[in-house]
Amino acid sequence: MSTVVHEPGPVIKAGGAAAGYVDDRTGISKFLKKNLTKVFPDHWSFMLGEVALYSFIVLLLSGVYLALFFKPSMTEVVYNGSYINLNGIRMSEAYASTINISFDIRGGLLMRQIHHWAALLFVAAITVHLFRVFFTGAFRKPREFNWLIGNGLLTLGILEGFAGYSLPDDLLSGTGLRIAEGIMQGIPVVGTYVASLVFGGEFPGSDFIPRLYIVHVLLIPGIILGLITAHLMLVWYQKHTQFPGPGRTENNVVGFPLFPVYAAKAGGFFFVVFGITALLGALFTINPVWMFGPYTPTQITAGSQPDWYIGWMDGALRLMPNIEFTAWGRTLSLNVLVPSLIIPGLLFTALAVYPFIEQWVTGDKRQHNLLDRPRNVPTRTSIGTAAIAFYILLWIGGGNDIIAVQFHSSINAITWTLRVLLFTVPPLVYVITKRICLSLQRRDRDKLLHGYETGTVLRMPSGEFIEVHAPVSDTERAVLLAGVTYDPIALDTTPDENGVAPKLSLSARARARLSRAYFGQQIAKPTEDELATAGHHANELAESHTKQLGSGEHE
Amino acid sequence: MSDIQSVTPAETHGVTPGENPLAPGLPEHTPRRADIDPRAAKRAERQVAIMFAIGALTPFVFFVLYVKIPSDLLMTLPVFGAVNASNFWLGLVMGIGLFSVGAAAIHWAKKLMPDVEMVAERHDFAGTEEERAEAANQFLQGTEDSGFTKFPLIRRTMLAALAATPLFAVPLFKDLGPMPGTKLRSTLWTKGTRIVSDVSLQPLKASDIPFGGLVSCVPETLAKVEEAAGTLNARAKVPVVLVRLRPEEIRSQQGKNWDYEGVLCYSKICTHVGCPTALYEQTTHTLLCPCHQSTFDLSDSGNVVFGPAARAMPQLAITVDADGYLVAQGDFTQPIGPSFWERG
Amino acid sequence: MTRAQHVKNTHPVGDAARAVVAKRRHPFATLLVLLVALTAVGGLYAAATGSGVASASGLDGNPQQIAKGRQIFLEGCSSCHGLAAQGSSDGPTLIGVGAAAVDFQVGTGRMPLAAPGAQAMRKTPIYNQDQIDALAAYVASLAPGPAVPTAEQIDYSNANLQEGGELFRTNCAQCHNFAGKGGALTNGKYAPALTEATAAQIYMAMLTGPQSMPVFADSTVTPAQKQAIIKYIKTIQAQPNPGGMALGRVGPVSEGLLLWIVGLGAVTAVAVWIGAKSS
Repeated sequence: MSTVVHEPGPVIKAGGAAAGYVDDRTGISKFLKKNLTKVFPDHWSFMLGEVALYSFIVLLLSGVYLALFFKPSMTEVVYNGSYINLNGIRMSEAYASTINISFDIRGGLLMRQIHHWAALLFVAAITVHLFRVFFTGAFRKPREFNWLIGNGLLTLGILEGFAGYSLPDDLLSGTGLRIAEGIMQGIPVVGTYVASLVFGGEFPGSDFIPRLYIVHVLLIPGIILGLITAHLMLVWYQKHTQFPGPGRTENNVVGFPLFPVYAAKAGGFFFVVFGITALLGALFTINPVWMFGPYTPTQITAGSQPDWYIGWMDGALRLMPNIEFTAWGRTLSLNVLVPSLIIPGLLFTALAVYPFIEQWVTGDKRQHNLLDRPRNVPTRTSIGTAAIAFYILLWIGGGNDIIAVQFHSSINAITWTLRVLLFTVPPLVYVITKRICLSLQRRDRDKLLHGYETGTVLRMPSGEFIEVHAPVSDTERAVLLAGVTYDPIALDTTPDENGVAPKLSLSARARARLSRAYFGQQIAKPTEDELATAGHHANELAESHTKQLGSGEHE
Repeated sequence: MSDIQSVTPAETHGVTPGENPLAPGLPEHTPRRADIDPRAAKRAERQVAIMFAIGALTPFVFFVLYVKIPSDLLMTLPVFGAVNASNFWLGLVMGIGLFSVGAAAIHWAKKLMPDVEMVAERHDFAGTEEERAEAANQFLQGTEDSGFTKFPLIRRTMLAALAATPLFAVPLFKDLGPMPGTKLRSTLWTKGTRIVSDVSLQPLKASDIPFGGLVSCVPETLAKVEEAAGTLNARAKVPVVLVRLRPEEIRSQQGKNWDYEGVLCYSKICTHVGCPTALYEQTTHTLLCPCHQSTFDLSDSGNVVFGPAARAMPQLAITVDADGYLVAQGDFTQPIGPSFWERG
Repeated sequence: MTRAQHVKNTHPVGDAARAVVAKRRHPFATLLVLLVALTAVGGLYAAATGSGVASASGLDGNPQQIAKGRQIFLEGCSSCHGLAAQGSSDGPTLIGVGAAAVDFQVGTGRMPLAAPGAQAMRKTPIYNQDQIDALAAYVASLAPGPAVPTAEQIDYSNANLQEGGELFRTNCAQCHNFAGKGGALTNGKYAPALTEATAAQIYMAMLTGPQSMPVFADSTVTPAQKQAIIKYIKTIQAQPNPGGMALGRVGPVSEGLLLWIVGLGAVTAVAVWIGAKSS
């Protein structure tokens, strides 16, 4: 930041010598010179992705510790240990070693709980980070690849979490796997082959946990690590987006330098996230596997639930009506296929292709480094909230039995209600969100043109009462002015020289139609002329409160 | 594309800050308290140092607690109740220590490090037209030099090789598991297999089953088979429930005389996705699955009355042996558990 | 059952109450302790005032007690169960249900029914133990049925805890959940939490199959196995939660909620602090 040349002291000199040694061999000074003052914009919502990154590091650290004691084996043993309720009970080595970690390894329970809380936090942080990116349009050009990588990370995070949930081989783990096996069997044509290959024959077999273990500790975390690296490199290279504000343009980035400010904040935040997961592990029981008992296919507990990020798929399984077709000796189980594979598949596909669809509809090929305020893109915002409503309803469906017990209601009534709400609430949320966005836009426009209401009421010489409006601050004005107003794409229907209207392709029609749906209703930003006129009014107002004001104040 | 009049956004009203004369630039920096008041700066310095000191000390506290607190010591806390003392203190100290380090760094950055916002220009990272052209040219030159275009035979065989080599892996995964075969269609139940209660493995007579009763059962042969196999595979398919209804309560069943004196035997494995289903309500004779709420009416052939399961719960035909104990008439006549493609 | 036995019978309840004071974490624990203690005191009082208790068979209650029970029945129960306990459209017959069913239903406050609903809920009993015993004696006199268990029958001190766990997970957890916290059944019915149930009540519930619950007769779950199940339930109820607050022992749903509210809330709060302009 400053251009002062620092006079090196003895320590710095020694450090300099060491740095020189490294630089001779790596040329790192060139990289540091360019990057130590790299600017990062500051906003709380930009830290959500960091939470995911840091909880992943916590997962790696605690996971390595757990791996030192966990035995990924389905060999049956008879338990004899500190937890007397299970003494003499047959169980897999995997479950027995999890009980040992919980009761005999000092600090083992803490590490187990930190690991599990961090896993829940990892997927939750990815989810809210995704929301932030979606609603602010941060996925737009040039960041589409990072959107796709993020989608991949979310999918892998969910899979990895489910694998971890399944490894201890307790009653909930095994029940979850049995459901997974049922879903695999439901795949048309190849289902039974898939299940047989995955489980090494019949369910549960003796191969699955060792196989799942290597997937959980090496394969998926390895891919996640690779994708995180690519994700961060792209953020680094493309520079972070920023919210509109004074001095912030499409072509600059305003914030704090990597070294020292951002490094201190981000590094500190890692410790904070680690600390919070440790506190969660200290204070709140998570996954008390010793109470569930070892997995056996003959037992089940009321309230058999997955972890939260699988909850919506479980909810879909619960809400789906029982449709199954059998013909020519073949069975098609839509009651399993639709909720467990088709709906998640469609949701994730929609998520992945959204940026490209939006780009096609807007025809906008430019780079975007300034974020959208969600209200300025009502259609996107409404699609997002409707999708979240859909997701939350499925999620509630996943807990319908717990809700029925806690609120003394009928599980059948809840299921039917949710089936209806699933189709009615998202459209309603869409419409309401759009209305809210448009009114907020209208308010922004009013604020820009007429200033904000000061709360001071004046009596005019004519006896009329008016409320004094003051112009918005520069900072606010910069925010309110931000945003691009699109015009809907129009179809070219001008007849050719022979007076024949051009034949319009189906995709062109669809595109124009979508474009109208997207941008049909927009509140135009004030033009420069309008702003100048309004600014003149505001000045007049500031100069003299007693002057009669123009009549156009509240149009 | 030609039929689209306007593909770029009409920026009639697009006002981008910085480009608009009315939009303000970066506001002037207002100094923080610590910037102008040395005492405030000193105070911030002290706060940061205290938090770092906590971070430096807590690991040693952690060592002491790790050694001193036995792993099975319980302690009672208000609100929390009885908890494991080791887990609580270790986690608390670790959490506080780590949090303090983080908070110290953040507080330091916020109070004492420069908070003047910097502006960096973004540079177009896409190549210029010339750079693109040069890159493309180099690529084409390389292609040319390699003879990729010149030797179609090489080109085609190379592509074939690259497409084929991953296939080495395919057969290697074959032995992940056997082919499914007909295993999904049969269970341990055979003609004359005694039905014994799960866990206690007691054979049962019809008179042992009370009206309104429920018994979770397995075949008598299961224990031996499991011992030999060392897996739970057989157990995953055999579980059944015995219930007893009065003759007038039985509206239908899946086969004639499949009950024995009102004792009915149904699979315990849900036909939806395979959860054990044993939430039996004796008043309505329904079996509810706790996983996805499929509900089966055992007084009416195990038919589905609610939920996502599409098929009735398979019934096991039972009778009694010479000693009067309940036995199976044979195996299930249909596959138990979730549907699958070849099931029919 | 003699008076001394009855007094002895109440002791485990007192112990359980103390255990609750020492170990439970739920804020309602105090309330619960009070309830349990009150019930215990009530029982002691009933014993001290010399009320009789239905005998093991339930059939040889003295005529006086049966007459008293009949009186209570006619006043409080006959409107639904019929004047001769033969049942009506509003309530099932009580002939042959035995003393245990009466003691369970009335002793847990489920009967008399407060209001029609999917299921009778546990509430404070409106009759004292003396009256319940009389009612039980009357119903038992109508036809043979399961009797109220004796103190020996519910003495689970020598029962096999681990076998109890296996039996509990095989026969009970599907409805009452892995920790006896209850679960949903169809159409608004539910398997209640076992937190307030006494050993005798759990025993009687298995024996009689109240409401939706199936019967676990002695022929399918032996008395020793019943004691083992009770021992397991009582053990896990008194068991601490080594990992910290248990979040209701209802599984991953409450864990997920806590993570979203407390966990994500905490990290977001710090993120807001980081992003806020410092002064």
